[in-house]
Amino acid sequence: MQLSLGPVLFYWDRNTLMDFYAQMATQPLDVIYLGETVCSKRRALSLDDWLGLAREMREASGAEIVLSGLALVEAASELSSLKRLCENGEIRVEANDMAAVHFLAERDRPFVAGPALNLYNGHALAELATCGMDRWVPPVECSGALIRSALNQLEELGLQRPQLEVFAYGHLPLAYSARCFTARAENRPKDDCEFCCLNYPEGIALHSQEGEALFTLNGIQTLSASVSNLLADYDQLAASGADILRLSPRAQGMDEVIAAFDAVRKGGLPPLAVDGCNGYWHGRPGMLRAEEAGLC
Amino acid sequence: MQLVCPAGSLPALKAALRQGADAIYVGFRDDTNARHFAGLNLDEKQLQNGIELIRQQGRQLYVAVNTYAQPDGWARWQRAVDHAAEIGVDALIAADPGVLAYASRRHPNLNLHLSVQGSATNAAALSFYQQRYGIRRAVLPRVLSLAQVKQVAAKSPVPIEVFAFGSLCIMAEGRCHLSSYLTGESPNLCGVCSPAKAVRWEQDAAGLSSRLNGVLIDRYSEGEAAGYPTLCKGRFMVNGQRFHALEEPTSLNTLDLIPELAAIGVSAVKIEGRQRSPAYVEQVTRVWREALDAYRRAPAGFAVQNHWRQALAGLSEGSQTTLGAYHRSWQ
Repeated sequence: MQLSLGPVLFYWDRNTLMDFYAQMATQPLDVIYLGETVCSKRRALSLDDWLGLAREMREASGAEIVLSGLALVEAASELSSLKRLCENGEIRVEANDMAAVHFLAERDRPFVAGPALNLYNGHALAELATCGMDRWVPPVECSGALIRSALNQLEELGLQRPQLEVFAYGHLPLAYSARCFTARAENRPKDDCEFCCLNYPEGIALHSQEGEALFTLNGIQTLSASVSNLLADYDQLAASGADILRLSPRAQGMDEVIAAFDAVRKGGLPPLAVDGCNGYWHGRPGMLRAEEAGLC
Repeated sequence: MQLVCPAGSLPALKAALRQGADAIYVGFRDDTNARHFAGLNLDEKQLQNGIELIRQQGRQLYVAVNTYAQPDGWARWQRAVDHAAEIGVDALIAADPGVLAYASRRHPNLNLHLSVQGSATNAAALSFYQQRYGIRRAVLPRVLSLAQVKQVAAKSPVPIEVFAFGSLCIMAEGRCHLSSYLTGESPNLCGVCSPAKAVRWEQDAAGLSSRLNGVLIDRYSEGEAAGYPTLCKGRFMVNGQRFHALEEPTSLNTLDLIPELAAIGVSAVKIEGRQRSPAYVEQVTRVWREALDAYRRAPAGFAVQNHWRQALAGLSEGSQTTLGAYHRSWQ
């Protein structure tokens, strides 16, 4: 089993990003995803900076480096930067919008299908496989059973399975909007946001009026409030054919998270239970912890 | 611009026809479409009846098979596509690349429209669907500003349809798992958002509460108007403040934009609401027919009439309307 570090979903300033990746370069990671997937206004690093960092990280860490593309591509300027990213000719790309799939397929570049692409069955996977997809990160709402069925269906169509990478740790990316919810929470217009996301290294918590943590506001993206954690489900992940487990960056403690997953993949016993949610994997509402609900 | 109206029942279909819809879109009675609500959509007999009426009047019928197929239910999506082709629909509205591929190969003459659930917000994504599946129209998600719609339409390889009126998704369609996070059922996979079976209303000393799978979505004091607990339209706590953190209960209304949409070259405007009553469909269709006709007769002198505005406001969520993402300041 390989471990990957997903793209940073939050807006961190340049120094924070550089320090974070310097630390990550020494971690037992097999794949590292770089790049901005949420908001094109976040420019702590330019595309050239990301490419430079990718080369450095490749040397320093030995991990495979992938550049992740924007998920919601609206403006012409966003489309042209996505095109440049797809045409970089050097670093593999994770497509998070069909625009990226279009650009990559035109150039015959093998690519990773990211979790923001709606691929839910073997027939859809077959379509993307013919475009060059060789790794699939299913939408976060997919259950283990759906993922297994989709891959079986793909094989029944006579096509080879792509690598399977499952979102195994972190706040779940749930939705994208034209509206910036961070700016809205601060009563600012989106066009004059003053990059207020920088003040929230792990987004803004949204609670119900009863104080129940529901979501995390992160610019135009809405994440889960709970951290999804599939470490206790490790054996089932392995049995389902997962090749890679994705750990999504948080502001603190990623080294400990990586160490915990690393210990288990090296033969350590998975914990019986962990904090956080895992409902989606078990075909339940994503916010639930399946063990607590007596579902396992 | 063509007027495309919703019908979740035969009476709604008749109402839309009566009031001058150019095309009517429907879904089958299962999870292959994005309005899979109990008691909604047309059975076989109603569909046949509806098709005859539509044909008699020279209008068009579109069928939405626009959810994402679950692997174990694939045969259901296949059957839905075959059935739409058999009854000779004027267009099949779909989102799933697997479903689009099947439809384009099995029924090469079937006219394909990319559903809003396909979440294509730019010209390159539209090119992907046009080149691979030969789509002939695309419905744009309600996330683009008017300037962006213009840019996309200018470079799009296919004609564009946009939402004109109705409930407003605050998230990009096809890019939202909030409902499945709380309830296990999502628009993409199940054709529902904030499903009715997960809704619970409670009246106690604190007031009226609406819950979704136990989670408090909103609480209303006495006399306050309560709306369906669509989870993105609840009042939540953010940074110590209680407010509609994602979106207010409001409806999209773009009557004011008719001249601009026409100038951009938008080929069709769509009314949301297959889940709405025949009376709703009737009134909304009437207003929009009048408005589009008025524009066609005298584009330069077009002005939104007060009685149109009033009629639509009365049919809107929370009696409020918005230009939504078309108007940049909303974003």
